[in-house]
Amino acid sequence: MPSKNDKREPVLSRRDFLLRTAATCGAVAAAGVWGYVFYSKEPVRRSDTKIYTFRDYRIADTKVYPQLAVVHGRDAERMVRAAVDKIGGITRFINPGEKVLIKPNVAWDRQPEQAANTNPAVVAAVVRLCLEARASEVWVTDIPVNDPYRCFARSGIEEAVKRSGGKIRLTQESDFLPTDLKGESLKVWPVSGFYHQADRLINLPIVKHHSLSKCTMGMKNLYGSLGGQRNRLHQDINTSIADLATAIRPTFTLLDATRILRRNGPTGGNLADVSAGDTVIAGVDLVAVESYGLRFLDLKPEDIVFIQMAEKRGLGTSDWKSLNVAEMTL
Amino acid sequence: MISRLLTLRNIRRLYAAFFLVLFLLLLGVTGFRRMKGYETPLFLELDPLTAIAAFLTSGTLYKGLALSIFIMAGTLFFGRFFCSWICPLGIVNQISGSLFNKFRAVDTIALNTYRTLYRLKYYLLAFFIAMAAFGSLQIGLLDPIPFVTRSFTVSVFPAFNLQGGWLYLRQPLFNGGTFLGLIFLSVIFANRFLPRFWCRAVCPLGALLGLLSFRPLLRIWRDVERCTDCKKCLGHCHGGCDPHAALRTTECHVCMNCIDDCPEDAIHYGLPRTASAAHLPVDVSRRRLIETALAGAVLYPMLRSTIASGTTPRPDLIRPPGSLPEMDFLRRCLKCGQCMKVCPTNAIQPALLEAGFEGLWTPLLINSIGYCEYNCVLCGRVCPTGAITPLTLEKKLGKGEPKKPLKIGTAFYDRGRCLPWAMNIDCIVCEEVCPTSPKAIWFESVEVQLRDGKTKLLKRPYLDPNLCIGCGICENKCPVRDRAAVRISSIGESRSAANQMILKS
Repeated sequence: MPSKNDKREPVLSRRDFLLRTAATCGAVAAAGVWGYVFYSKEPVRRSDTKIYTFRDYRIADTKVYPQLAVVHGRDAERMVRAAVDKIGGITRFINPGEKVLIKPNVAWDRQPEQAANTNPAVVAAVVRLCLEARASEVWVTDIPVNDPYRCFARSGIEEAVKRSGGKIRLTQESDFLPTDLKGESLKVWPVSGFYHQADRLINLPIVKHHSLSKCTMGMKNLYGSLGGQRNRLHQDINTSIADLATAIRPTFTLLDATRILRRNGPTGGNLADVSAGDTVIAGVDLVAVESYGLRFLDLKPEDIVFIQMAEKRGLGTSDWKSLNVAEMTL
Repeated sequence: MISRLLTLRNIRRLYAAFFLVLFLLLLGVTGFRRMKGYETPLFLELDPLTAIAAFLTSGTLYKGLALSIFIMAGTLFFGRFFCSWICPLGIVNQISGSLFNKFRAVDTIALNTYRTLYRLKYYLLAFFIAMAAFGSLQIGLLDPIPFVTRSFTVSVFPAFNLQGGWLYLRQPLFNGGTFLGLIFLSVIFANRFLPRFWCRAVCPLGALLGLLSFRPLLRIWRDVERCTDCKKCLGHCHGGCDPHAALRTTECHVCMNCIDDCPEDAIHYGLPRTASAAHLPVDVSRRRLIETALAGAVLYPMLRSTIASGTTPRPDLIRPPGSLPEMDFLRRCLKCGQCMKVCPTNAIQPALLEAGFEGLWTPLLINSIGYCEYNCVLCGRVCPTGAITPLTLEKKLGKGEPKKPLKIGTAFYDRGRCLPWAMNIDCIVCEEVCPTSPKAIWFESVEVQLRDGKTKLLKRPYLDPNLCIGCGICENKCPVRDRAAVRISSIGESRSAANQMILKS
């Protein structure tokens, strides 16, 4: 009795046989090509990632203007304007159409009075100056320690920047670019990509106490450009700070000493830790600006290891008195 | 033209779209940036089952939960309208169910006919209400509003963010997020086999609203003289409530589809007319109902007589600031995930078994992911049931009365892992980030001898337990990433009278 499952395969014709053989040979050839092209001794395919370096944000040096401007007063806007005017005016530093990146210290979820972040009035004044110099874009950025949204909102900087016409740029994981700092302890680190898009960089630190490095000002402020596991930098904090100052050369630095966090830095949190400084200091020489700022914390340049290192590397002079200093009170 | 489009079905669709978008918007704005004064837990507060269960466990109708009275009153008048007009999970189930079955040849009439399986939800309701009556709030596991809020917070939103990072600045990560995501997807996929499987068979809120719509004033009626028994009314029926025969009022979602589908104009919504068909009452077996309620009653003492958070303090169970004492916390926490959505550092995470079986998906802080932001009290603001009580900043930081800050735990050093202690390497990142003033972390400068005989001046950190608030930023920022050298333990938490170690503080 024949099987009930009697569906039969059709007999193979010559034409079908040739076609099938050709198709099989084609498949085998394709496998061979695949093996030839992709054979590798590496377990994972790596594409070459571009390693960036920092551009030099500075402008040509000149002796025409005072190298350090120190302005005392109460009105942050006028003080900032006066200080920048003294060192040559904003048009000396920013050409029309340039992209300007402003780096204040916005590391903490604190209010302006607690002096853990740069004074928002100072940031706003610098944003306005840049826009008056017809910068095409004015970006304000930082990579905070606390939640970025909270830091920018509660420091008052978000509001101040928006009102003065600038733009807040917050860094996402995808914005970081591997960058070679070519330092002694800092080699390739992820750096916020905005630093590679901007033409000019304005450093806007605040004067604060810090237990490990004794003080935090302009050089330590540059920590805020780094992503990755930057908490490891503490293990060699002075070399790290000097490395940052070597790799990143801002167009100029304007040090906010309107309020000084004298104790419990760099977080503060208590108004008793804050005293009035009522000063802003501007200059291209970051080491000089920083050395001047030490007086607010009752420190001397000799006490600060990273300032000594920076001076030894030729980044500037800690002897600010040797410079042409313009001091005024508004 | 307009009057042709303005059918009851389309009006219901408009409402459904509105409420689904509203739900997503409210959940989307649940965060520091966009919250402003919006009532972000609105849907949870409208949920009568949440209100009743939380009332049973702790005896109060907490704040916004009073809004659920509107839904209860509405259901008494208009039937179980919530399920297809407002409920985000119901609407998502409806949309996916119709999409799954749109392009396949399926017998929708058979699928939409009532099945005895649909009794299950009443038994689940009895089980959870019995548990609640004894004092264990487990309803959030299956109550659709906490369920959908939690699913979206913990798995759907983070998954969407992965495709381009447009929802969050930092990709959120959640403890057991995949597990919750799979549960949510299973609920959605069940619609492929039985449309609105969840709503018809599982949903305890649906059961409660079904009971409330036992005899609603307005309902669907079928004119027996006009009806030709064509069963077209079953084609798009949401509830599986048999509008072609004796309507099961308790199952009817008032979706209005049968009215528009009826070629004879035999079905209307409103008051009964002369030839209106009779209705069927709720279909449950009283015996099963008592059995499941008994199961809940039996399970309760078992839940409470094990090593769990309510009986034994656990070091890794750090509750958000403002949380009630553990026993009360378990009475109020819905596991809805609002606090997890709002937390700016992603520290608040759904517990797995850290708090015992009862505490599944309740919030706890995982400091390797985030930490409690010093100036933040958002989690208490969004908690719909008050398991996390709303705090003022003054109260959290101890700036008003009482003068003591709120503690959620205490930090401990692991000197075998701490770089200055174990390896003579400079660090004290923990001291830098410690947010209190004066800082709870302090250091001693010591001169140590290194391996090569040289000496080094080193700062070694210590903790002041009276100043530490347990925020965990030290643990979060510690460079020893995998298991930090300073870790928070729940001991010393303000909410507990028993979990204390220091005599004087």
